[in-house]
Amino acid sequence: MIDLFIFFAAAIILFLAMAISILRAILGPTIADRVISVDASTTISLSAFILLAVFYKQVILIDVAIVYAMLSFGSTLYFAHYLGEKHD
Amino acid sequence: MIELLIYAMLFIGITFHILGALGLHRFSDVYMRLHASTLCTTFGTIFIALSAITYAIMFSSIQLAAHSAFAVVFVMIAGATGSHAIARAAYRSGIKPIIALDDALSKVEK
Repeated sequence: MIDLFIFFAAAIILFLAMAISILRAILGPTIADRVISVDASTTISLSAFILLAVFYKQVILIDVAIVYAMLSFGSTLYFAHYLGEKHD
Repeated sequence: MIELLIYAMLFIGITFHILGALGLHRFSDVYMRLHASTLCTTFGTIFIALSAITYAIMFSSIQLAAHSAFAVVFVMIAGATGSHAIARAAYRSGIKPIIALDDALSKVEK
């Protein structure tokens, strides 16, 4: 029998990694650094939500994480369009 | 025996996530940071979702396995697309790679 607490501990470690990757959004020199940091922290929080859904036995947490990742993907594409166009 | 498989995939996923976050913090260029964060977080999400799918199939919860599989397929598509768009936009906005010996793209693009 597997212990379910290992999934909760793994989610806590993932939130720690998310805090490290948020640090780049605060002190990154360019806009592209901040966009990359937000994208990476969203992907890390999606896998943390998968682990929390296994721990609490709630499947709806994965749906919340999927919608969150879709919104982050749209904002990433919008920032890329904003950065890449020529401002003449 | 299958518990050891779940623990091993969980450990591999967490290790890749922490390596991705540390690479995002420690590298010195936009393109190196983009490489580290995108590659490591995509691979870590694949392994963590595989561990969750294995646990869900072991306890016959097909709904949890299907939703995790959809999440990992979406991350595999969106991570690659988003990172390519950000790299192209960063190059077009004037950020040069700092330790490149020969910038071959500057001869092509007008």
